[in-house]
Amino acid sequence: MSEEMMEGGGTIKKFCYINRKAPYGTVYALESLEVVLIGAAFEQDVSLVFVDDGVFQITKGQDTAGIEQKNFSPTYRALEMYDVEKLYVEREALEARGLSEEDLIVDVQVMSAAEIRDLLEEQDVVLSF
Amino acid sequence: MLHTVNKSPFEKNSLETCFAHAKEGSAILLIEDGVYAAIQGSVFSDKVKQAMSTCTVYALEGDLKARGVAGKVIDGIQLVDYAGFVDLACQHDKVTAWL
Amino acid sequence: MGTISINGKSIETDEEGYLTNIGDWDRDIAGELAKSENIDMTESHWEVVDFLREYYQEYQIAPAVRVLTKAIGKKLGPEKGNSKYLYELFPYGPAKQACKIAGLPKPTGCI
Repeated sequence: MSEEMMEGGGTIKKFCYINRKAPYGTVYALESLEVVLIGAAFEQDVSLVFVDDGVFQITKGQDTAGIEQKNFSPTYRALEMYDVEKLYVEREALEARGLSEEDLIVDVQVMSAAEIRDLLEEQDVVLSF
Repeated sequence: MLHTVNKSPFEKNSLETCFAHAKEGSAILLIEDGVYAAIQGSVFSDKVKQAMSTCTVYALEGDLKARGVAGKVIDGIQLVDYAGFVDLACQHDKVTAWL
Repeated sequence: MGTISINGKSIETDEEGYLTNIGDWDRDIAGELAKSENIDMTESHWEVVDFLREYYQEYQIAPAVRVLTKAIGKKLGPEKGNSKYLYELFPYGPAKQACKIAGLPKPTGCI
């Protein structure tokens, strides 16, 4: 990554990444994570929202040894160091899946669908995965 | 007959279509994202339990572990490894994959 | 795709010289990778490489240079957690060169 990219002095926008897919059956989750990490270099105001099967991306205790895929769940714990600190999880999505906040690998803010709807309205850019 | 389901029930209706078309005594094997149906306490657990009253439901253990949900499986679902998958396929005359 | 040869064994790398399989890594291979980067490994170099190995172990990712600098500062102190120090050790980019020597993939977002 080049340092120069950060010296543009441009305005800070609110970017929101919506994650709706489970982690290993399709490539969306990993792609989203990579875009977030690359995008972090631009020092924008980033939020990650986990709804639908996206909540499965951040379940604790993932062990992919048996399916020969990379376990990328620990990387969500590195997001804080990339200054990506706003992680929101939809309560309804957790409940429908028999999950609770304690099942998640990272600290998140659990929100209702209505609160997430309002959060989305505040964004400048919304990217959906 | 052996039925396999590889999609999350929360995203696609493959599981429900499978349940609607699996005859009594069938084996139903959850694989890949299909294993999310095995979680206890989800909105689908009752439907899965109902299916278990007429069919045997299996789940691929490697896929459960990968997804961090191996500790939350509905009682009575039988866990199998890849060899067990092969055995199931051999034990049944036909295999239907609900994609 | 490329390979590096060491102790009669040939180890697979990508076209830019990063190890294909992180599990192939050992200190001899690191030495060989350092040679290909024209870096004479000192204790200070090893300290960064070891740090990266631990970082990858924990987070499954090769950190961007900004993150690496910050994380090293936290662990090893501000006199080491700055770009000047890290670029002196790895002139062509600490993330790029040190990651390669540590057997890690190229950092995400590193162009």
